[in-house]
Amino acid sequence: MKDWRYWLAEQRGTLLAFGIFIVMFTIYTSNHPAGFTANVVQTASNKGVLLAFVAMAQTLVVITAGIDLSVGMIFTLTNCLASWLVIGTGIETAFGVVAVLGTGLLCGAINGAIVIYGRLQPIVATIATGAVYFGIALLLRPFPGGSVNEDLADALTGRLFGVVPASLVVLLAVVLLVWVPFSRSVLGRAAYAAGSSEMAAYMSGVPIRRGKFAAYALGGLLAAIGGLFLTFFTYTGDAAYASGNAYTLFSIAAVVLGGVSLFGGKGSAIGAIFGALAFRTIGDLLFVFDFDPLWQPLFQGVILLIAVSLGAFALFRVRNRLEWFL
Amino acid sequence: MDGAVPLFRMEGISKRYGGVRALEKAELSVTPGSIHAVLGENGAGKSTLIKVMAGVVAPDEGRMMLDGSEVTFASPAAANQAGIVCIFQELSLVPELSVADNIVISDPPKRFGMIDRKAQRRIAEEALARAGAADIHPLALVKDLPLSRRQMVEIAKALARKPRILILDEATSALTAADVAKIFGVLKRLRSEGLALLYISHRMNEIAELADQCTVFRNGRNVASYKAGSKSDNEVVELMIGREYSHIFPPKPVRAPATAAPVLEARKLSWTDRLDNISLTVGAGEVVGLGGLDGQGQRELLLAFFGVLRGLSGQILIDGKPVAIASPAAARGDRIGMALIPEDRKTEGLMLPMTVRENLSFAALDRLSRAGIIDRAAEQRLIDDMVGLLAIKTAGLDIPVGALSGGNQQKVVIAKWLMRQPRIILLNDPTRGIDVGTKQELYQLMRKLADQGAAILFYSTDYDELIGCCDRVLVLYDGAVKRELVGPEITERALIASALNIHGEEMPVSLGADA
Repeated sequence: MKDWRYWLAEQRGTLLAFGIFIVMFTIYTSNHPAGFTANVVQTASNKGVLLAFVAMAQTLVVITAGIDLSVGMIFTLTNCLASWLVIGTGIETAFGVVAVLGTGLLCGAINGAIVIYGRLQPIVATIATGAVYFGIALLLRPFPGGSVNEDLADALTGRLFGVVPASLVVLLAVVLLVWVPFSRSVLGRAAYAAGSSEMAAYMSGVPIRRGKFAAYALGGLLAAIGGLFLTFFTYTGDAAYASGNAYTLFSIAAVVLGGVSLFGGKGSAIGAIFGALAFRTIGDLLFVFDFDPLWQPLFQGVILLIAVSLGAFALFRVRNRLEWFL
Repeated sequence: MDGAVPLFRMEGISKRYGGVRALEKAELSVTPGSIHAVLGENGAGKSTLIKVMAGVVAPDEGRMMLDGSEVTFASPAAANQAGIVCIFQELSLVPELSVADNIVISDPPKRFGMIDRKAQRRIAEEALARAGAADIHPLALVKDLPLSRRQMVEIAKALARKPRILILDEATSALTAADVAKIFGVLKRLRSEGLALLYISHRMNEIAELADQCTVFRNGRNVASYKAGSKSDNEVVELMIGREYSHIFPPKPVRAPATAAPVLEARKLSWTDRLDNISLTVGAGEVVGLGGLDGQGQRELLLAFFGVLRGLSGQILIDGKPVAIASPAAARGDRIGMALIPEDRKTEGLMLPMTVRENLSFAALDRLSRAGIIDRAAEQRLIDDMVGLLAIKTAGLDIPVGALSGGNQQKVVIAKWLMRQPRIILLNDPTRGIDVGTKQELYQLMRKLADQGAAILFYSTDYDELIGCCDRVLVLYDGAVKRELVGPEITERALIASALNIHGEEMPVSLGADA
């Protein structure tokens, strides 16, 4: 049987991202003054997990051949909301978490409804909704502030059994509870099919609209989990425009690094997670090598360009030049 | 088969696309346990008919009866539910998904709300085996399979849906002979299991081997139904033609055989599996037609001349000298002077939101500008000439070209290229979807350009046009030139016979009276 070869081909993007991450992270920890310690891993994972959630959110939408330029703003909005609601007694905190996640889901659902039923292009629709979400975030938190249930925050950003970063455990749980069921459900397959060839999917009687809607809505939910973690990490809410935009753009970079095709239909959220972790580590590498932080954007940009160029090699094989434009 | 209760009946089905009648009160009934062949030439309405049956297109009028009660299908999914499954000519497979994913895509097996991959694998393996394609691995991605294997997956996918009525639209066109034999075995077995099969094909020998019942379509109507084998090939061709010949074509000049070197020549052009050793010549002042069924390599041949295809083998000669045409920009350059009027004017010919003026001058900007600055006066003069020459009806030069009628849009595409005064003009089915009046103007124009010395290569799916416009016609079949028809040899009968790859010699002379 050569089943494993098909599996390998399917997971190539994910494995490549995993490889890049491992190499980067090894370089990082071996040059870190403290070395490979639980503390270093915990800090890295807390930072990485934020982008990982947003990248997962982006993946779901990109799979349908769409793009969500509002993920960063949903992330910011839910951060601001959490800094009001995720506080107080256990019951109150639980209610707050549910409300924050529900808000993210709603934001994603609105995106999906506009794109699918309003037939607007995803790029335009999500720029507009992103601005709206940021506007609401700004009303919630005109100035940075607020607070969060610190017991919960410390538990989820700390370590389990003294070694395992809790944030990584949560990330794993989200993968198992959201991504795995989605990718193996009929809706998930509909999302992939719609992204790969919407016409063929329609001809085959696939529930395209429901699949795409689910992808957008779950994308909102995942961005909200990211926003929640940002609150746990910083103890405050901050409607920071630059940070929201940066997360949106970084999520696209992470998705591409993770082997998810921007043309849709191909890739996995797990790849995007490693893409996100690798992308974060690229930034951190500069610190251990004592580079001026001013170099960081330039360095990240170059690495990203190289990674993306790898995907362009397929164009050399095209024999009908008109296919370049499809 | 007479007297058997029809499983499915279509009555008085009509469908129009804009002003074009695709179906006109068409009737069809299929009975269980039989293979029903549907025949007709390009544009006879066969494709629309099965699209209506499969729920892709809603008919304007008429009704469909399944098991004696009326049904309507809002979507392909609804038709599937009713047991009608169609294997389309354009494949309906999702390229990035695996074979198994694709086979179960309409109704995947589920376990705890998730897709049961083991069951999916089993269903896929069974379906592939039933289709005689057990060599295809269920985990392979569809996009990695060659076309013939994809077609087999398509058939397996249809079988996995347990159809009562299976429609095959040119389903064997991409298959190898060995696969065709396998598929025929499968189809005959399905017939004996009581399925109703609808088989659309241009290949007469396939129909002779498979069909129990045949229906011929012409101009959107079913013109004849007969028991398979009760009519000869010639009678069938006769039924498929039966159109009135319209005298809208300009007279052809009486020509002496060309002595000068041809302007455009191809020697042994081959490209992937679409072009097979094509050699041809087009002389100055000559209109050479490309005939044959849709999709036999005509489009690729034109693209090959225009520098779009990579990895082309063989030689292209201009004025007797070999040239390498690396891109459309090189093809249109002064040395070669070629123009291609594309088939799909909306995507390949025009920028719809831009103005008539901008569209007209795009291809000629390099000739109209000096040091990168456009000479507006020269542009205006040339545009005025073209609008006059082609009688383009537009409210103004500065309105979006998308606001014009289809015929006038096509005139803009042609005018755009004429602004470069090309010596070689390639036309890819230029009259598709435009009105008769404009067609007539284009025929006149084509002849006028030829008389002025242009070499014209003209692909058309409309046999009347080839007969009326061309000095010679090359009929393509499976990427190769099957037959060359010169002057009075260009008859509808000869065109259809060679397009179907039937030998012309078998055609009785008594039928050849319409030229």
